[in-house]
Amino acid sequence: MLHHDIIIIGGGLAGLRAAVGLCERYDVGLLSKVHPLRSHSIAAQGGINAALGNNPEGRDDSWEKHAFDTIKGSDYLADQDAVEFMCRDAPSIIYEMEHWGCPFSRFPDGSIAQRPFGGAGFPRTCYSADLTGHVLLNTLYERAVSLGVKVYDEWYLLALASNGERCQGIIAFDFRKGEVVPVQAPATLFATGGYGRVFRHTTNALINYGSGIGIAYKAGVPIKDMECVQFHPTGLIGTYILITEAARGEGGWLTNNRGERFMQRYAPKVAELAPRDIVARSMQTEIDEGRGLEHPLGKYINLDLRHLGEKEIQKKLPGVKSLCKDFVGIDPVFEPIPVMPCEHYSMGGIDTNQHGETVLPGFYAAGECGCVSVHGANRLGGNSLLDTLVFGKAAALAMHEYLQGKSFTGDTALLTSLGKTWERKLENLAKGEERPAHLITKMGHTMSENVGIFREKHKLQQALDDLAVLKERYRRVGVSSPNRHLNYALMKAVEIEYMLDIASAIALGALRREESRGAHYRRDFPLRNDKDWLKHTLVTLGKDGTPGVSYRNVTITNHPPRERIY
Amino acid sequence: MTTPMALLKADSTYTFKIFRYDSKTPEKEPSFSTYQVDVVPGMSVLSALLAIRDEMDGGLSFRCSCRSAVCGSCAMAMNGKIELACRTQVASLGSDLIILEPLPNFEIIKDLVVDMIPFWAKYDQIKPWLIRKTLPVGTEIRQSEEERNRIDQFVHCILCAACYGACPVPSRDPEYLGPAALAKLERFVLDSRDERSPSALEAVNNEKGVWGCDTLFKCIEACPKDVRPTDAIVGLRKSLVKHKFKKLLGMVKDED
Ligand SMILES: Cc1cc2nc3c(=O)[nH]c(=O)nc-3n(C[C@H](O)[C@H](O)[C@H](O)COP(=O)(O)OP(=O)(O)OC[C@H]3O[C@@H](n4cnc5c(N)ncnc54)[C@H](O)[C@@H]3O)c2cc1C
Ligand code: FES
Repeated sequence: MLHHDIIIIGGGLAGLRAAVGLCERYDVGLLSKVHPLRSHSIAAQGGINAALGNNPEGRDDSWEKHAFDTIKGSDYLADQDAVEFMCRDAPSIIYEMEHWGCPFSRFPDGSIAQRPFGGAGFPRTCYSADLTGHVLLNTLYERAVSLGVKVYDEWYLLALASNGERCQGIIAFDFRKGEVVPVQAPATLFATGGYGRVFRHTTNALINYGSGIGIAYKAGVPIKDMECVQFHPTGLIGTYILITEAARGEGGWLTNNRGERFMQRYAPKVAELAPRDIVARSMQTEIDEGRGLEHPLGKYINLDLRHLGEKEIQKKLPGVKSLCKDFVGIDPVFEPIPVMPCEHYSMGGIDTNQHGETVLPGFYAAGECGCVSVHGANRLGGNSLLDTLVFGKAAALAMHEYLQGKSFTGDTALLTSLGKTWERKLENLAKGEERPAHLITKMGHTMSENVGIFREKHKLQQALDDLAVLKERYRRVGVSSPNRHLNYALMKAVEIEYMLDIASAIALGALRREESRGAHYRRDFPLRNDKDWLKHTLVTLGKDGTPGVSYRNVTITNHPPRERIY
Repeated sequence: MTTPMALLKADSTYTFKIFRYDSKTPEKEPSFSTYQVDVVPGMSVLSALLAIRDEMDGGLSFRCSCRSAVCGSCAMAMNGKIELACRTQVASLGSDLIILEPLPNFEIIKDLVVDMIPFWAKYDQIKPWLIRKTLPVGTEIRQSEEERNRIDQFVHCILCAACYGACPVPSRDPEYLGPAALAKLERFVLDSRDERSPSALEAVNNEKGVWGCDTLFKCIEACPKDVRPTDAIVGLRKSLVKHKFKKLLGMVKDED
């Protein structure tokens, strides 16, 4: 058994930010299934929002305006006090990262460069070319190395240990050795990221199973607003690698099988530059009404950059060009890019307040796995990187308050017995005949098919039925190799159980929410309904093992809901 | 509407021979397993590996995460060529026999998974973080666009270790710091905000450091991100020589 004051799970931005805030005072362990620099945060491109006012066009920006844009963008489902907290903290969070060495792009006056982004009234998105996640994650990792944070990389989180009153730590798995290891800690933080891979088509990394959310749920912690899932308009066909919104920002067109720029019909004023949820819905409509293009990999829409010309593409979108070349073998200078809308971001997650606290004392969550909520029903670009840092830091402070001057006696007996349960469980997984990869494929299929951009009652019910069948099949899951060490199929088998819970919570929340708000669109209830639905969905595991649904009112401070017009 | 041609070519079957070894059972000799894979055009080596693990051999071990050439997990040797498996199209290897081997210059843990611990230890050794004594309050440290551009290529490094795998030196001297760590050091030395003293470079002023490089440029060839580690090594050598002269001329004091 290992012992730490604090155990953090996740080496992405949220986990690392929390770790560097604590490691000088506490014995902190940080555990991640991949090396921290391989975390999904590395892939973020566009930037991170903060009202610095560096851009000449953004001099009048303020954190209050940032907060308003965020609240409006969320379709009024965000908690306004939490949004204010995040936006107020944003500038100091950015300066801190810069002081730690983050190589932001610069303006001629030497200040941090800021660009315009969707849904924002001012250019307030700080960036480093199109690799903002890469520079932020490297900077935090460098900081963690300089402070000597203890990292357990290639270790898996298997379960949360709670005695019902307090969180006692976790059950971990040393992947290289193939051993179950209980970790006793008075404070535990999940920073395990999003669940993109629950869907068949997603921009997320291959490792984004979101199991942390499912593990918290299994331990009795409520999960919030799970039905709020962001779909990005332009995932590259086949791999669904993100093609940045900048492709349209620089003048790219979306065309259907008639060669028509259909966005002019749906959003005559802004066309391709309408908000993400609107563009994604329009593309899906074209495909559903038979105006998509056909390919063995699925129906798609063309993202046409050809009219921009080779020079412009090379200068402004070199990343897009190389992605197309490397991943579909085409050159966007001569051919349109085949794209489809696909899952991109998890607005929902583990229910926390703005200090990362959950209902379970000693258990915290931050980053994409958590839901404060600051993104409500639709996240603005550039706000999720900010979320990871602000709430990673806030959770660190909260854990400090929790631990300060107290001594805890850990329930080692509980941890030992849970560890043994997991030993047996892993043993059994070597026996079953249902292959994990097949279950994941089926789950992804029903989620993308039935819980996608357009939702309606019978489809959501279909998804829930399919998921129930998969849960039944999961009882017979097994892997072909009996080895425990570096057995990726075995870990997949462990994580799917949690993914199935997550998928069910998404479908269930979506079925119950009989309105359309932000990214959650119900064909059978196409309007927003503030009278009945200005509230968060909470899904909690019931004593009988079935999910219970309850609701909590949204916190409104300064901005009563208005119609969302852009 | 045109349909992307590259996506419509017929499927074909490829033979994959993949290196197998398990450091937990060292008595078993390394071997190769053979798989037949239907490859659709545009398919990456990583996708083929995933298909093999999902459909044919659940026990096959290899690393991956982003599948978009940004996380640095999946460098390996493909028909002898060191590259990221996720960004290499099967068809681009120009043969219907594909041989996959782990990254050279590393201990093998299992199959295509190598022990990266020594690589990270070398990274840690060069103090890969911004060293700064004074900080402005409530604002950023100013840096001109030109100063930012100076570090740009080194900022792109994804620490995939392809350069280290391709470098001829580690097989001769396992303690050689290697191209990635030295490029990282230069990234900080060149950063206008960094205040490490020139004498801090003394740690690499030896055969384990900048003088170990044979300047054969293998690292530059192998880098999937167009970083030129040799530029960094040459740059560090110049800084060291410059510092030495300044010291000889009495222009700088010996720092403690
Ligand atoms: C392609 C793409 C581009 C994006 N661009 C932007 C952008 O420009 N601006 C913006 O604001 N947002 C962007 N986002 C969103 C943003 O990148 C993410 O929301 C954010 O990086 C999540 O960070 P995190 O720390 O919460 O999680 P992650 O970075 O996903 O880290 C999760 C960590 O948890 C670990 N983990 C998970 N499960 C387990 C387990 N069971 N056991 C052990 N360890 C586990 C992982 O190893 C990893 O270290 C983008 C997202 C995508 C997909
Ligand atoms: S999987 Fe990330 S670089 Fe290949």
